[in-house]
Amino acid sequence: MLDRNGIAQRIAQELQNGWYVNLGIGIPTLVANYIPEGISVEFQSENGLLGMGPFPYEGEEDADLINAGKQTVTMLPGGSIFDSSLSFAMIRGQHVQLTVLGAMEVADNGDIANWKIPGKMVKGMGGAMDLVASADNIIVAMSHTNRKGESKLLRQCTLPLTGVGCVKKIVTNMAVLDVTDQGFKLLERAPGVSVEDIKNATEGRLIVEGDIPEMRL
Amino acid sequence: MNKVVANAREAIAGIEDNMTLMVGGFGLCGIPENAISALVELGASGLTCISNNAGVDDFGLGLLLQKKQIKKMISSYVGENAEFERQMLSGELEVDLIPQGSLAERCRAGGAGVPAFFTPAGYGTEVAEGKEVRYFNGKPHILENALHADFALVKAWKGDRFGNLVFKGTARNFNPVMAMAGKITVVEVEELVEPEALDPNHIHLPGVFVQRIFQGSNYEKRIEQRTVRSRD
Repeated sequence: MLDRNGIAQRIAQELQNGWYVNLGIGIPTLVANYIPEGISVEFQSENGLLGMGPFPYEGEEDADLINAGKQTVTMLPGGSIFDSSLSFAMIRGQHVQLTVLGAMEVADNGDIANWKIPGKMVKGMGGAMDLVASADNIIVAMSHTNRKGESKLLRQCTLPLTGVGCVKKIVTNMAVLDVTDQGFKLLERAPGVSVEDIKNATEGRLIVEGDIPEMRL
Repeated sequence: MNKVVANAREAIAGIEDNMTLMVGGFGLCGIPENAISALVELGASGLTCISNNAGVDDFGLGLLLQKKQIKKMISSYVGENAEFERQMLSGELEVDLIPQGSLAERCRAGGAGVPAFFTPAGYGTEVAEGKEVRYFNGKPHILENALHADFALVKAWKGDRFGNLVFKGTARNFNPVMAMAGKITVVEVEELVEPEALDPNHIHLPGVFVQRIFQGSNYEKRIEQRTVRSRD
């Protein structure tokens, strides 16, 4: 099984040279730590910056420079700043090639739910609905099951949706899966995880064809 | 032209009960601290506030929530405020959550004279309920209306007496689009400068959108999530 960093490391392998990438809060943020050698990408933060760098050194925090998670960040050479409307013009206009975000549930038709648990948690969708409705490539980073051990890869989402039919790929602590017309297609297993384990942890339709290789990190 | 007023109290003169306000900022970054404080003093209530977030318990719009001055919030993310959550769950506070990109574009549209637009964001979700759906290039979109406000409360880094504005870092966020959409746009700046001090090529928002501007003071600029890396 992978930990949070392992999930981020595996997702980083999907990055392609020259891409603009939006990373959501949580595990997705960690992807920036594992950019493969020889790959150059720029990170977009929807509150209004491109060319986001690492966290600042202690004492160099700037209250006027934060990411969408409200964390203090830095900027890299070539970065730029813009307002919220232009930020989502980039996203809606498909100038950002990849979105990585977390989820509470994903259905085997690509539906995603990650913003509301009725009666319990209502924090809001932030930019997630805009991001999932427009991005060409959407990778979900999440644990395969919830705290109760129930599958988060479902036949149908039970929580209010963030977007419909939009998720293309999922990387969990157990597996890498593509979302296809026939359901979740198992591509890779995490180290020490069997196909049987993944079947047991997946409620939605799961396609297993041939030998499933172990992830290489 | 001179849009300068003496202080925050003068700047917000005319805000009355039950008005709709836009308030700039993302989290606590780029919020109009002085105008919010003056509004707490003024005590206007029944307000509808359009703002990406609702501040934290003891800062930003949280200060207006504590005083129960807000009747309705229109926001995209409201996660960091316990008092907000309490008022929402008890039904005291009406909340309209909308996607962040739609919120920004609805403000921009309001200021730009575009009454409504189609966006794919929110299609197939609660957000789309009751909204017209139309297909463009085979893809479903929903109709979103422009937003307007009686007052827009905005924070900029530098500005001149014409209302020309320059923002700093990610404190820009919603401030320019909200400035465009206010019937009366009130701007507070860290530095009120002579017009010659601003290069017209580098103005982020032309003064035409601004009605009142004042020199802010005592900025706290609170950081919500202080994150650092070690030097080794």
